[in-house]
Amino acid sequence: MTTALVLLSAIMAIVVGWLVRHTLNVSPWQEQGAAEIARGNGELAGLPVQVGLVVFMAVATSLFALFISAYYMRMAEADWTNFPLPTVLWLNSGLLVLASVAMQMTRTAARRGSLDGIRKGLVGGGVFSLAFLGGQIWAWRQLNASGEFTPANPAYAFFILLTALHGIHVLGGLFVWARATARAVRGIDLGKVRLSVELCTVYWHYLLLVWAALFFVLLNTHR
Amino acid sequence: MTYVTHDESAFVPPIEVEEPELYHAKTFIGKYIWSQDAKVIAVQYSLTAIGVGLVALVLSGIMRLQLGFPHTFQFISPATYLQFVTMHGMIMVIYLLTALFLGGFGNYLIPLMVGARDMVFPYVNMVSYWVYLFAVLLLLASFFVPGGPTGAGWTLYPPQAILSGTPGANWGIVLMLISLAFFIIGFTMGGLNYVVTVLQARTRGMTMMRLPLTVWGIFMATILALLAFPALFVSAIMMTLDHLLGTSFFMPALVSQGRVLDHNGGSPVLFQHLFWFFGHPEVYIVALPAFGIVSDLISINARRNIFGYRMMVWAILAIGGLSFIVWAHHMYVSGMNPYFGFFFATTTLIIAVPTALKVYNWVLTLWRGNIHFTVPMLFAIGFVFTFVNGGLTGLFLGNVPVDLPLSDTMFVVAHFHMVMAVSPILVVFGAIYHWYPKVTGRMLNDTMGKWHFWITFLGTYCIYYPMHYLGILGVPRRYYAIEGTDFIPASAHSVNEGITIAALIVGTVQLLFLYNLIWSYFKGKPSGGNPWRATTLEWQTPETPPKHGNFGPELPVVYRWAYDYSVPGAAEDFIPQNQPPAKMAATGRAKA
Repeated sequence: MTTALVLLSAIMAIVVGWLVRHTLNVSPWQEQGAAEIARGNGELAGLPVQVGLVVFMAVATSLFALFISAYYMRMAEADWTNFPLPTVLWLNSGLLVLASVAMQMTRTAARRGSLDGIRKGLVGGGVFSLAFLGGQIWAWRQLNASGEFTPANPAYAFFILLTALHGIHVLGGLFVWARATARAVRGIDLGKVRLSVELCTVYWHYLLLVWAALFFVLLNTHR
Repeated sequence: MTYVTHDESAFVPPIEVEEPELYHAKTFIGKYIWSQDAKVIAVQYSLTAIGVGLVALVLSGIMRLQLGFPHTFQFISPATYLQFVTMHGMIMVIYLLTALFLGGFGNYLIPLMVGARDMVFPYVNMVSYWVYLFAVLLLLASFFVPGGPTGAGWTLYPPQAILSGTPGANWGIVLMLISLAFFIIGFTMGGLNYVVTVLQARTRGMTMMRLPLTVWGIFMATILALLAFPALFVSAIMMTLDHLLGTSFFMPALVSQGRVLDHNGGSPVLFQHLFWFFGHPEVYIVALPAFGIVSDLISINARRNIFGYRMMVWAILAIGGLSFIVWAHHMYVSGMNPYFGFFFATTTLIIAVPTALKVYNWVLTLWRGNIHFTVPMLFAIGFVFTFVNGGLTGLFLGNVPVDLPLSDTMFVVAHFHMVMAVSPILVVFGAIYHWYPKVTGRMLNDTMGKWHFWITFLGTYCIYYPMHYLGILGVPRRYYAIEGTDFIPASAHSVNEGITIAALIVGTVQLLFLYNLIWSYFKGKPSGGNPWRATTLEWQTPETPPKHGNFGPELPVVYRWAYDYSVPGAAEDFIPQNQPPAKMAATGRAKA
C-alpha cells in the first residue's frame, strides 16, 4: 500500500494545507465591511469546469495509485512470473507523446485565436491518440500470440487490467475531444472550443504522465 | 425577519461574475423526474435512500427474530440469515447513509447554504442520481436471482465470498460487486459537484471561514469519499474478474468441496487492505456530515455561537487527514506484523483527539445556553451521548491486545452500531425535523416527533448496551444459532430475547416517523420562512420552499459568520448572515 499511501498523503496534504492556509489568521466572528467583501472569497483561479477537471484527476490518481499498490503487493506472492513486454509499447509511448505535443500546439493556436491551427492540432491529437489505442490492442494480440497468455497468471492479468484502465481514460478524453472537434470543424462557438481545448490539453498531459508511470512500473517489473 | 437586498447596502454589488444559465424545465417530467435542480435531486436521493433503508430495517428485524427466538421461524435458514446480515450491512452503510448524507443533504444544503443558484454542473448532478438509482435496483435485483443475494458478510472477504459454499456465490455476489462499481461512478459525479460548488460558487462575502459547519462536514466527507471509494472500486473490479474470468488476484490455490480450483497464489489479505483502505474513511464519510449538522443544530437551539468555530474546522480537517492512516486496525487478526499493529493502534488513538475536541465544543456550546428542547435538539443531544458511548468502546477495540479476544464478537457489533449506525441516524432524523419546513413549507408534528425520539433513543440503548456484555461473554457475530457451548450461559439467550423485543419496538416506531412525514406534508402547521430563527442563508430565501434559482433576482451578500446568536445589543437574538453591519445599512438606506 506504500505507493497509494504516498500519493494519497500528498493529495491530502495539498488539500488540508490549502484549507488551513485559508483558515489561519481570520476572525470569522467579526462582521465584514464592503472593502473586505470586495476582496473576494478566496476562490481558486479558473472556471468551475477547470477546477472540476483537477478534482477528477485527483480521483483518477487515487484509482491508479491503488491499482499500482495492488500490483506490487500481488507481486510479492510466490507464484509471480515475469514475461517479456511487447516491444510495440515503445512505439505506443511515442504516439502518446506526439498526441500530447499536438494538443499543446492546439492550445497555443487557440490562445492565438487561429481556427485553422485548432483544427489541425485537434485532428493530429485525435489521430495519434487513436493510433495509441490501436497499438495497445496490438500489444494484447502480441501477448496472446506468444501462447503463454492465461488469465490465471496474475502478471498477464494485471498487464491487461492496467492498460485497459488507462485506455478507458483515453477513450473518455476522446469523447470530449470529438465534441470539440465537431464544433471546430463547423467553426461555431469559438469560446466553447477554446475552453474544451484547454481542458483536453491538460487531460492529455495527465494521461501521458499516468502512462509514463505505468510503463515505468511495468518496465521495472518485467526485465 | 428582514431580507436585505444589495440596494440597502449600496457599497457591495451582489456578484460581478456572469451567473450560470439555469436549466428551465417546461414539463412535469422535466421538473420532477429528469430534474437538474439540486433540490429536486436531493429529494430523489433522500426518498430512494430511505426506501432502500426500510428494506434493510426489515432485514435487521428478521435477523433479530432468528437470534432472539431460534428454531421458531421456518423461513429463516442459515443461508438466508447470512444473506440478510450481508444485505442489511451493505445497504445501511453505503446505499442509505452515504447516499443520504452526501446525495440528499449535500445536494439540498450546499447550494442554499453557500448562496449559489444551483450546483455548478447540474446535468452531471442529474446523471449522478440516475446512476445511483440503477445501482440500488441492481442490488435489490439480487433478491430475485437464482441463489439469492450474497451472504458473504458486508466486508465480502475472499475467498469465501465467491466460493460455492457461500449463499449467492453465483449471481448475488456479481450483482453486489457491479452495483458497488456503479454506485461509485454515480457518487463521483455527484462528489465533483459538491466539492467544486463549495470551492467556486460561494456568494459574495461567503469566505471559507464563514461557511456553516454543516457545509464543512459535507465538503470534507466528499473529499474523503472521492479519494477512498476508488479503493472499493479496485477491489470490486478485481474480485469480479477473479469470479468471472478465473484470474487470481485475491484467490489463493485451494480445494473447495473436494475439488481443486484453478486459482493460484492470490492474496486474500490484499483484498482486506484495499477494502479497509476504503472502509475506514467510510466511517468518517458518514460521521463528518453528522458532526457538521449537529454543530449547527446545537448552536441554533442553544441560541449561542458554536464554541471554537475555528477549532471545529481544523478538527474536521485533522480527522479527514488522519482517517487514511488507520485502516489496518480492522485487520489486527489477519496475522500482521506486531509493529504494524502498534503503528495503527497509535494512529487510531491519535484520531480520538480531534474527535474528543469536537465533543467538548458541543458540550461547551450547550453550557449556559438558552436551550430550546425542540425535536431536532433532542436528536442532536442524543447523538452526543450515543457518539461518546460508541467512541469509548472504540478506544478499547483500537488497542491490539483488547481487540484480539473481542474480535468478531457481539462487542464489535455493539460498538460500530453505536458509533456509526445509531449516532448518524439520530443526526439524520434531527436534520429531517430541522429542514423539513424548508423543503415542504410545513412543520413536522411535534408530539409525534417527541415520541419518535424517546422510543428510538432509549430503545437503541436497550438493544446495544446489553450486546456489549454478550460480546464480552464471547458470543460471536454472524452465527445463525448458538448451541452446545458451555461458555455461553442460558441467561445470554434471555438477553438476546430482550434485545429482539427492543429492536422490534424501535423498528416499528419508525412507521410513526414515516406517518409524520406524510401527514405533515398535507396537514402540518405552516412554517413560514425561518421557523427556527436561524442565521444561515437557506432560511433567508424569499420563498419557502425555495424556487429554482434559490434566491430570487439577486444573490445575497454575506457579512458575517453563521453563528451570530444572542449578540449583545442586537435587536433580536439572531442576525442573519446576509444582514449588513448597522452602520452600512444606515448609510445604504439614506442613499436609497
